[in-house]
Amino acid sequence: MIFSLIIIIVLVLLLLAAAIYAVMQKDLLYATIATGVISLILSIIFFILQAPDVALTEAAIGIALTTIIFVFAIRHTSRREDEVTILEESDAQEMDNKESV
Amino acid sequence: MKKVLVILMLAVIAYTLGTSFSTIKFGENRIGDPKEEKTVAAFYLNRTPSELSVANVITAIVVNYRGFDTLGEVSVLFLAATGLGSILYRRRKKGEHPEVITKPASQLLQSGSKLIYPAILVLGAYVFIHGHLTPGGGFQGGAIIATGLLLMMMAYKDFEIRHNVLTWVESIAGITFVSLGLTGLIYGKTFLENFLPTGNLNDVVSGGIIPIIYIAVGFKVAAELAGVLETLLSNKEND
Amino acid sequence: MSSIDYNQIMSIGIYGSAIGLILIGLYAVLLKKHLTKIVIGLSIIDAGIHLLFVAIGYIDNGTAPIFSPKGLEMMAQGKTMVDPVPQALVLTAIVIGFGVTAVALSLVIRLYRHNKTARIDQIKSLKW
Repeated sequence: MIFSLIIIIVLVLLLLAAAIYAVMQKDLLYATIATGVISLILSIIFFILQAPDVALTEAAIGIALTTIIFVFAIRHTSRREDEVTILEESDAQEMDNKESV
Repeated sequence: MKKVLVILMLAVIAYTLGTSFSTIKFGENRIGDPKEEKTVAAFYLNRTPSELSVANVITAIVVNYRGFDTLGEVSVLFLAATGLGSILYRRRKKGEHPEVITKPASQLLQSGSKLIYPAILVLGAYVFIHGHLTPGGGFQGGAIIATGLLLMMMAYKDFEIRHNVLTWVESIAGITFVSLGLTGLIYGKTFLENFLPTGNLNDVVSGGIIPIIYIAVGFKVAAELAGVLETLLSNKEND
Repeated sequence: MSSIDYNQIMSIGIYGSAIGLILIGLYAVLLKKHLTKIVIGLSIIDAGIHLLFVAIGYIDNGTAPIFSPKGLEMMAQGKTMVDPVPQALVLTAIVIGFGVTAVALSLVIRLYRHNKTARIDQIKSLKW
């Protein structure tokens, strides 16, 4: 009884830690791996809640396919979140004016 | 300013959700005895082994009792695959081949994936053929097969699946699903009515048209997901 | 530990983690500037909602809703089965969530090709 309680508490803490890491991390590739870890832990929790069909679906679709689609999207866009492209002079002044208002 | 407002709104949402879900007791038996069918869940649990001879109750709900929703879900996946292909479409100039991955994969990946690829295909086929006996079904089996195809696409540069084959498999599977439903309309009273004889519980051939529909759904989902992955993989970057 | 405490801790743990996932995902959707991070937040909200649904259908000491030979044995011993209806809904929802994520990412890629950036505070035509 107390053993299953410890397992559930550890899984819940790992889940929330992975979610906070996925949102706070600036390097997008690491955030994608954290999303895969969320799907993995969610699949284990579904199995503990006696739902084997849902656990199988979440494992098959959430871990493999969602992660690979995110990796392809990162490959075609930028890798880091705080990448700044070089704006033109007039646009930079326009941004400064708007921000001060 | 925006941050403070958002955190305030999140706190209000947390309070609302927390108080309303604390009134739903975790683990309480709300479905009653299956023999007296007082709730929808008791109705499904009681009728499934006797009327349909299907072991997996969730397969019976998804394919038979709520089969029309599965038709909608399959069409949503089809729309997603089509939308993805049309948004990322680029007109190719003459004589230009779509470039896949430029660096060859390592030796470990190449020899390992050749060994494990048939096993993944057989596992996926097993999962969607036995969907009415064990946990599994069309969606799970289709996703497993698509993952096996992805492994081969990433290990070998010249492994390609022609779009014609994928389109034909997907169309034939979709036509099978809808025509089985229409045949039910002719034979019985409703769309997707179970008209084949149901065998004994826990046989492979049992449950009427439920295994046939799930096999068609498995092929369709595998073809769609493989098409999505092929579209994303063969787009040239930095154009 | 008496059994009432065990139930309380389980319910706070699982409901709390589901609501926590929804809130973390909402924070990412509302406050982050990079479009891929917003789509990650959308995927996290989906995960939270699925966990909430399956957790509502759980019954204490229940077993999985499958009438295999082992399951029939357990029914003869008097165990009840877990509610199957939320599980069927969540099965559909997972597949559709994947489809939505795929189309959203294709829009992000298309936007990046057009504007050379994927941050929403640098896309010039959206400023007002």
